[in-house]
Amino acid sequence: MRAVCWNGKNDIRVETVPDPQILNSRDAIVKVTSTAICGSDLHLYNGFIPTMKKGDILGHEFMGEVVEVGPGVGNLKIGDRIAVPFTIACGKCWFCAQELYSLCDNSNPNAWMAEKAYGYSTSGLFGYSHLTGGYAGGQAEYVRVPYADVGGFKIENDSLSDEQVLFLTDIFPTGYMAAENCNIQPGDTVAVWGCGPVAQFAIQSAWMLGAGRVIAIDRFPERLLLAQTWGRAEVIDYEQVDSVVDTLRELTGGRGPDACIDAVGLEAHGTTVDALYDRAKQTVRLETDRPHALRQAFQACRKGGTISIPGVYGGLIDKLNLGSAFQKGLTLKMGQTHVHKYMRPLLDRIEKGEIDPSRVITHRLTLDEAPAGYKTFCDKEDNCIKIVMKPHFDGNGHSHRHMEGERDHRHDSGKGQASGFGEH
Amino acid sequence: MREATALHSPRSTELSEGPHPSTEARLAALVGGAALITIAARDRSWRGVGLALAGAPLVWRGATGSWPVHRTATEHTAEAAVPAPITASLTIGRPRQELYDFWRQLENLPQFMRHLDSVTKLDDRRSHWVGKSPVGRIEWDAEIINEREGYSLSWASLPGSRIHNAGTVSFEDDPAGRGTVVRVEMEASPGNSLGRAVGRVLSSVTERQVHEDLRRFKNLMEAGEIPTTDGQSAGRRSALNLHNPF
Repeated sequence: MRAVCWNGKNDIRVETVPDPQILNSRDAIVKVTSTAICGSDLHLYNGFIPTMKKGDILGHEFMGEVVEVGPGVGNLKIGDRIAVPFTIACGKCWFCAQELYSLCDNSNPNAWMAEKAYGYSTSGLFGYSHLTGGYAGGQAEYVRVPYADVGGFKIENDSLSDEQVLFLTDIFPTGYMAAENCNIQPGDTVAVWGCGPVAQFAIQSAWMLGAGRVIAIDRFPERLLLAQTWGRAEVIDYEQVDSVVDTLRELTGGRGPDACIDAVGLEAHGTTVDALYDRAKQTVRLETDRPHALRQAFQACRKGGTISIPGVYGGLIDKLNLGSAFQKGLTLKMGQTHVHKYMRPLLDRIEKGEIDPSRVITHRLTLDEAPAGYKTFCDKEDNCIKIVMKPHFDGNGHSHRHMEGERDHRHDSGKGQASGFGEH
Repeated sequence: MREATALHSPRSTELSEGPHPSTEARLAALVGGAALITIAARDRSWRGVGLALAGAPLVWRGATGSWPVHRTATEHTAEAAVPAPITASLTIGRPRQELYDFWRQLENLPQFMRHLDSVTKLDDRRSHWVGKSPVGRIEWDAEIINEREGYSLSWASLPGSRIHNAGTVSFEDDPAGRGTVVRVEMEASPGNSLGRAVGRVLSSVTERQVHEDLRRFKNLMEAGEIPTTDGQSAGRRSALNLHNPF
């Protein structure tokens, strides 16, 4: 099959690799009908996440059709249409029972590595470094889904397109959990750093949860525009103001936002001295993460307010004013999304027409266009906000292969290519 | 409730070795250390670094007869020669009796103890164990020396085995009702002559192994399977994966 492989910093290649196989009894194999590039994939693309290996298959936002199930998967059958959470969870451990799926005890085969880095291991993730299991991702024609009986979320409503439900696998629940973590009280003001896809869903979700005002901060006109039009948010272009913190203070009558969402994470950009300092330290690896947005959020948040962090952080940060969080009595909430918990209620909202997640999509590509897609997305060129790829369609909207007998065909091709796969 | 006394049997004291190893032991350390470094050289990953680091002191030991660390006075006493037991504990979200019963069927152990090939029951108390090590296959006989049905189990290799292997596993109800706290205490002191030196090679990684074995036990009992990526697709020429080396 064809798959998007990481080969090093800024080196993404579409390669022919062996087809995935069932490795455990609770596995399923899924034919990927739609897959997306996530903002967090750019952290891999830019080489900021350790323990990647050349040849790793990327992608953690995907959905498709079940083509094979292991003997331990009783609730899925061949032909089922499923969306798959990016977090891999066993569904049986104490953490899963608490609906803390991204903290699953049993799904990371490299738990020993994560324990070294973080004290305890969290769940496995698709296509996101060996620290979180080294699982092959879904930017491919086929993907193996472990614990598919828990992770395979059936989409039975055929009137919903892939594009409407695909983002249930990550960014919609991630934005929603970010807003939920804000503990929004009716009328609250929520400020959101970043206007990328997760931020757009955080903005939508903040309204759903009763916010009175939403203020969004970015520098790209197309993203600010989407936050303004679709998100009904007030916006701040941080390149046009002297101080984001002062601007927020002005906008909130000297009080500060009740909750601040950092939907940027470890690769924040900025125009101030601390941002340049971060850039320099990160370049020479004295600091792994650039917490520029988080610093502003700490400073801007009202006393007793909440900081919610859906943006990804992987390691050490520097010059974070913990004193500001302590003295102001802030609440900090963060973590990888417990996706499984949110799929059903958020699907209900989509079905009721409360939200159309496909609004964030700006680019539709084939799998072979992935390398160019990563570059466009990373450089924020061409007004790019969200890229969706259809692995089984060529640029003319035709399926690469006939549906009938496809499974047999791909088995044959897998064997035939087993000895010759690799780099271009 | 814990019955770890079996770990400190007189036998292990007798088997302990003084500061100066025999020629055989030095040779085995040299071979073992060199083997680890050879494996490490082929494996250009974190695992390789770990193996090389583990192998280097062994080579030193083989060449010089002493460990490459400053030896303190207490290490020369008989007491210090008994290695501290290796301990690991985890809370497993299954009933105590179920976990005990699974473990008591010793034939089940290779399902989650990666360094075991097989355990065969000889009679109600005795069993034959086949293990894997960096220097090849090792076999020994063991017996259950203490048992408290549903709560704890102690075993030890029989006298004359090339490997000395003894341990206790205990099962306690978690006070908060979150399952069962499983504790393993393993003694990994070496057996006779060559086996003793091989034991040293083994014991250099055992603490991590015990912890990982216990985690695999938890995976198996809670989720019904042990997570893996071995054999999955990737765009690379070799099948080498950055998998769990323990």
